Amino acid sequence: MTAHDSASLKRTPLYEQHRAMGARLVEFGGWEMPVQYSSILEEHEAVRTRAGLFDVSHMGEFKAEGPGALAFLQYLVPNDVSRLAIGQALYTQLCLPNGNAIDDLLIYHLAEDRYMLVVNAGNIEKDFAWVEKQATNFKDVQVTNQSDTTALLALQGPAAQDILQPLTHTDLSSIKYYHFAPGAVNGIHCIISRTGYTGEDGFELYCAPEDAVSLWNDLLAAGKPHGLLPAGLGARDTLRLEASMCLYDHELTEQINPLEARLGWTIKFDKGDFIGRAALLKVKEEGLKRKLVGIELLERGVPRGGYTIYENDQTIGVLTSGAPGPTVHKNIGMGYVDVAHAETGKAVQIDIRGRRTAAQIVALPFYKRNK
Amino acid sequence: MVSLNHPDNLKYSETDEWVRVEGDHATIGITDYAQDQLGDIVYIELPWGASQSVSYETKFGDIESVKATSELISPVSGHVVKANEALKDQPELINDHPYDKGWMLLVKMSNPAELDSLMSAEKYRAYLEGR
Repeated sequence: MTAHDSASLKRTPLYEQHRAMGARLVEFGGWEMPVQYSSILEEHEAVRTRAGLFDVSHMGEFKAEGPGALAFLQYLVPNDVSRLAIGQALYTQLCLPNGNAIDDLLIYHLAEDRYMLVVNAGNIEKDFAWVEKQATNFKDVQVTNQSDTTALLALQGPAAQDILQPLTHTDLSSIKYYHFAPGAVNGIHCIISRTGYTGEDGFELYCAPEDAVSLWNDLLAAGKPHGLLPAGLGARDTLRLEASMCLYDHELTEQINPLEARLGWTIKFDKGDFIGRAALLKVKEEGLKRKLVGIELLERGVPRGGYTIYENDQTIGVLTSGAPGPTVHKNIGMGYVDVAHAETGKAVQIDIRGRRTAAQIVALPFYKRNK
Repeated sequence: MVSLNHPDNLKYSETDEWVRVEGDHATIGITDYAQDQLGDIVYIELPWGASQSVSYETKFGDIESVKATSELISPVSGHVVKANEALKDQPELINDHPYDKGWMLLVKMSNPAELDSLMSAEKYRAYLEGR
C-alpha cells in the first residue's frame, strides 16, 4: 500500500476522465493507468455478461510502410504476414535470434504495403529500437512510431456489438474475429477491430488522441442501458488469465520462447526465414524442456506469479500469473513446469508463503465463451 | 471519490490496522482506507486456533484481494481470544463492514502501553492525507 511517485509517469488522453470517475490509478509499464473504477469483480462480471470499456491507449502503435514492408515483416516475426488480407490482423511475437520473446503484438494489414504493429506499453521504446534496427537491412520500408498519436479503447463483452452498432454505419456483423474496418463512431474516425484481450467478443477502437474523450463518453452513454461499466487493468488481468492469454513480462519474457508458451500455432516455419527461426526449429526438434500449464488450487489460498510449484519435495516449476478466477470460481494460475511433470491432472503443490497448498495441473484455457 | 470512514473511538496504526480497546482486550481489523486500497478481498489467513499469540508490529496474517497479497501487522501484543470465523467464507465482510462484521481478532493484551504509539482518528486522517 505504498503511494507511487506519479510525476514521471505517462498519462493517456483519458486521464482526467479516470480521475473524475474515481478510478484507482496505478503504475503500469511506465504509465499511470486505472486499475479499477468500482470493483475488479464487478467489472470482470460486466465484461463476461454485458460489456466493459477499457482505456488501453498506453499500447504502442508502429507503422511499417512501403513496397518492402511485407518482406520486412515476414523476416521480423514468426507468424505468416503474407496470409493477411487487407482488413485482417494476426497475433505474433518479436523474437530474438535465440527464439525468446522481445514482445508479443498484433499486426494489422491496413492497405497495400501498409501495416500497423500494436505492441505492449512497457516495451514501446525497446521494440521500436529493435524494429528500426532490423528495418535498416531492408529496402523500401519505413517504420514510424505513432504511439503518441494513437489512442485505443476496448469495448468488450457479449453486448459490445449491440452497443456499438447504433453509433456507426459500418455493418459490424460483417467484421469477423481478427478482422477490422476503418469507420466512424458518432462521427469519430476509428479503426474498428474485432479483437480483444478478455476472452469475450468485442471491439478495439483506434482513434486520434483528441477524439478519445468524446469516444469514451459516447460509448459509456450508449452502453449504460446495456449495463456497461468502465473497466480497469485489474479486470483486464483476471479476464485474460481466465482466457489463458499471455501477458508479457509474465508468460513471455526474453528468457521464454513462444513454443514454451503454447504459441506454436503462431510459428510458421514453412514461410521462409525469420528472426529466431533456426533456434525455434531446434527447440521444436529437440522437444521442450518446460511448458506453460494451467494450475488450479484445491485448497484455500490465492496463487500468484513467482510462487514455486512442487511435486512432493521436488521443485518442478514456477507460476507466472495467478489470481482468483471470478467466472470460473476457482483460484487459478499459469506457470512453467518441466515437461516430465506437466501432464494434465497431476497433483502438485504451490508454496504460498511457506505453506504447501494442494493444486493440480489443468487444461487451458480455464474459460472459453459459448459462441 | 468515495468518502472513507475512520471512527473517532478507535486507534490506528501506520500499517492501516485499527484497534478497539475494552479494558485489557483489543479488537483488531483493517481500516476503511486499507480495504478500499486492497479492493475486493477474497481470502484471509488469521491465527484461527486457540492459544496463539500476536506481537506488536509483527505480522499476524495475510490478506488477499483479487489483485494482490498484503501482510497484516499487529498493533498490539497478546493472546488471541478469538478470530472472526465468518471471514473464512465471507472475506468480503472486510470490504463491506471493516469496523464491525469485518473485525479480525480479539486479543487479550500483554502490554497495553503499546497503545500509546498508535494514532487517534484525527492523526490517522492527517497521516493518510500525507501519503
